[in-house]
Amino acid sequence: MSRTGTKLDAKKVNSELFTLTYGALVAQLIKDYENVEDANKQLERMGYNIGIRLIEDFLARTGSGRCYDFRDTAEKIQSGFKIFLGITPSITNWSPAGDEFSLCFETNPLTEFVELPDNCSNLKYCNILTGVLRGACEMVQMEIACWFVQDQLKNDNITELRVKFVKRLEDAIPAGED
Amino acid sequence: MKQQIIDSKVNPNATGEADDCLFEYLHAELVNYVLSKSSNTAEGEEELSRLEWMGFSVGYRIIERLTREWSRFKDELDMIKFICTDFWSSLYHKQIDNLRTNHHGVYVLQDNAFRLLDKVGTSNSKQYLKESPRLLAFTCGLLRGSLANLGIISTVTAETTTLPSCKFHVQVQKI
Repeated sequence: MSRTGTKLDAKKVNSELFTLTYGALVAQLIKDYENVEDANKQLERMGYNIGIRLIEDFLARTGSGRCYDFRDTAEKIQSGFKIFLGITPSITNWSPAGDEFSLCFETNPLTEFVELPDNCSNLKYCNILTGVLRGACEMVQMEIACWFVQDQLKNDNITELRVKFVKRLEDAIPAGED
Repeated sequence: MKQQIIDSKVNPNATGEADDCLFEYLHAELVNYVLSKSSNTAEGEEELSRLEWMGFSVGYRIIERLTREWSRFKDELDMIKFICTDFWSSLYHKQIDNLRTNHHGVYVLQDNAFRLLDKVGTSNSKQYLKESPRLLAFTCGLLRGSLANLGIISTVTAETTTLPSCKFHVQVQKI
């Protein structure tokens, strides 16, 4: 059987499937919660659940070891974006203490085909990413805080995600061992 | 019928390929979310219509993009064949294994190793059979939405007897 149409590109289709599925999820959350703040929180929570699993994929694929410092972490997060979303955000705006940096996205596959209506101006559309980062870092004993500073969907030039190191989580010592 | 196989797993190291697992994780979260929001009905059946609806809206949009540069379909069967081959293999890495129809608007699409069920439990086990409808509701909606945008109004249900194989029943509504 031959077709004159062009072949489908599996990778592209998969990425569109992901983008559209995420869009459907956000739409559903807004409908269910009727409150943008709650939707933001739910997205973060879902991201966290994804992050704590995704880190295993990341470690298995890259075979990377522990991070020496937060700059190392930043680079690994950057490579994570490359692996999973096919984008390379730039790392900028380090704080003098070296415990805070920004990830700047020129493009973002999550926001393809997206426009925010006026009544959703407080919606952090990509808030799932903050959850993913927090969950993934927690699994490697690092507590971080993460939030959006700029957002292309809100007419900023770039999307900027701020990441702040909070503290190291200590290994819990199994009971009965000193 | 000879079919061309599009194997998207030829090169596992290619970039972008990893997008795959993101969809799987996201899908798992959708299911989680819908379950947390729904109340069980008296018969113990779960309320999965939200999941189906999300699938519908995704299917409705994605088919429009996929078929944009595609030649026109001859008839209903031609559309279903497209779903079974190109559409399915792009989304779920493999084609539908078996397509049956009574030529009166009923189609049964069988996938012997459905991607979203493939990693659930050991194969042929019945352990998670009860939970499997949760993992199929989204795809039922996806099928229904895709067909709807191709001009076929239908109802889609799924059936599993052993994991990871499943059957999707498409019942076309005649207008």
